Amino acid sequence: MTVPPPVIHFDEVSQVFSKKDGSAVTALDRISFDIAKNEFVAVLGPSGCGKSTLLRLIAGLIKPTSGTLQIYGLDVTEPRDEIGIVFQRPTLLPWFDVLGNVTFPLRHKYGRVSTDEKLRAQQLLELVGLQDFATKQVDELSGGMQQRVAIARALLLDPDILLMDEPFSALDALTRDEMSFELLNIWSSRPKTVLFITHSIPEAVLLADRIIVMTPRPGRVREILDVPLARPRSLQTLSDPAFHALANHIRGRLFTRIAA
Amino acid sequence: MLSPITSVAASSLESPPEPARPSAGTPLAQAWRWLLTMADRFAPALAGIGLIVVWEISCRLFEIPTFLLPAPSVILSGAMEQSWSTWASNVWATIRVALIGYLVAIAVSIPLAIALASSRLLSRTLYPLIVIIQATPIVAVAPIMVVVLGTSDVPRVAITFLITFFPIVVATTTGLLATPEEMIELSRSLRAGRTREIFHIRLPFAVPYIFSALKISITLAFVGAVVAEFVAAEQGLGYFIQFATSFFKIAQAFAALIVLVAISLLSFQLVSLAQGLLVPWSLPKSER
Repeated sequence: MTVPPPVIHFDEVSQVFSKKDGSAVTALDRISFDIAKNEFVAVLGPSGCGKSTLLRLIAGLIKPTSGTLQIYGLDVTEPRDEIGIVFQRPTLLPWFDVLGNVTFPLRHKYGRVSTDEKLRAQQLLELVGLQDFATKQVDELSGGMQQRVAIARALLLDPDILLMDEPFSALDALTRDEMSFELLNIWSSRPKTVLFITHSIPEAVLLADRIIVMTPRPGRVREILDVPLARPRSLQTLSDPAFHALANHIRGRLFTRIAA
Repeated sequence: MLSPITSVAASSLESPPEPARPSAGTPLAQAWRWLLTMADRFAPALAGIGLIVVWEISCRLFEIPTFLLPAPSVILSGAMEQSWSTWASNVWATIRVALIGYLVAIAVSIPLAIALASSRLLSRTLYPLIVIIQATPIVAVAPIMVVVLGTSDVPRVAITFLITFFPIVVATTTGLLATPEEMIELSRSLRAGRTREIFHIRLPFAVPYIFSALKISITLAFVGAVVAEFVAAEQGLGYFIQFATSFFKIAQAFAALIVLVAISLLSFQLVSLAQGLLVPWSLPKSER
């Protein structure tokens, strides 16, 4: 029995940006970790710790300055079809209706969308609970609904890997909790390798199998933690002592660092 | 089809002041309220009519000489001195020049803006030239253009083009470059290519910017056409105004001016209407 390669493999990856004045900023400093198939991993850290840079590296939108970054054992050189991205803002296109936004990746990539594909988009809208909103304009939707459309769009090409860049950070607290459980439902019905970037400790603990805790300037991995909470997770999870113990542990770690 | 300006005015008058009368419900109170509602609805028309009436009365009362300010009635009778066919051919000449110049400006400006937004080299070489053209007083160039391009419609269209194209280029380029980074990343993550990035994402994103410029430019197009007609023409409303004033027929010049304003307003409204029909999403929700 051979061990399959990790889905995402970081080995000593650094990212240095050069600013206009010639000085260099180290966004990520020697990052190493592996993510296994269908694992839900949260990347947690304060702003400025390079979380978004991490996501853009995996997405193939930027190239690492040094180190090895592989997906399925292959170096990442350009964006690939196995990856779906959900951005911080919904990033919907106002010139299409809701269904047009969900099918946009196909239209954009191949220039056309077949009836079958439209049907699949409609099923994805059902999955995110928006089956009755297909013909609505996007600005008629609330922030939470718009982000659901963005999730449906990211799932259209049925990616193995879902990258989420603080997708719920612009939502109000109640909608945010609701969306977290919604995401867990979607993930359990369509298992995928998820990399979820967040600066919310409870969100990371509630959602993830493992949490990569990062520290800022330069962005480094401080700690990688297993989340010992059973699945499926529910509202009860939020009152589980283990949930609070882990959240407090992380909080202590992050605040120590800031105090130091 | 409310223009932004009139819709602002309309919304500020949305709730007509309620009469603070204790006997609300009596026929008198109802009649009062009806009167207020009507006054609100017809306020713009009433203001216009009021202005004309005051204008007419002032001209007669103070015996203002016609060559200073002709009364509305004098303008009307002055307009009647010319035949309908004279009016029609002059109006058509101006509209033709303005519209051709405008369409040429659109056809040139949007591809030009795409080129400017796509290539740093093109932007660095072409943009200064475009700004120089814009900084040149076109009125001063007009006589030269007529000498160079002859006496056909060509110099007039060229002058109209030069006056109208700049806002479209600048607005379109701004829109193309203002496209949010995440939309571009969405496109790049799909590896759709540069062309599709421009036509599926950047250009649609620029549509509200483009329409703002199209509304500015349509009125500029009539400025351009009239300026060109001042310099060299044997037809058109600009030519007509010059001809009329040189014979001291001020009333006829005023009549042509009013026709020009009407055409210009109408074409502005047509552009707004086109935006509402073709790309309703590009309007703010309240104006759809």
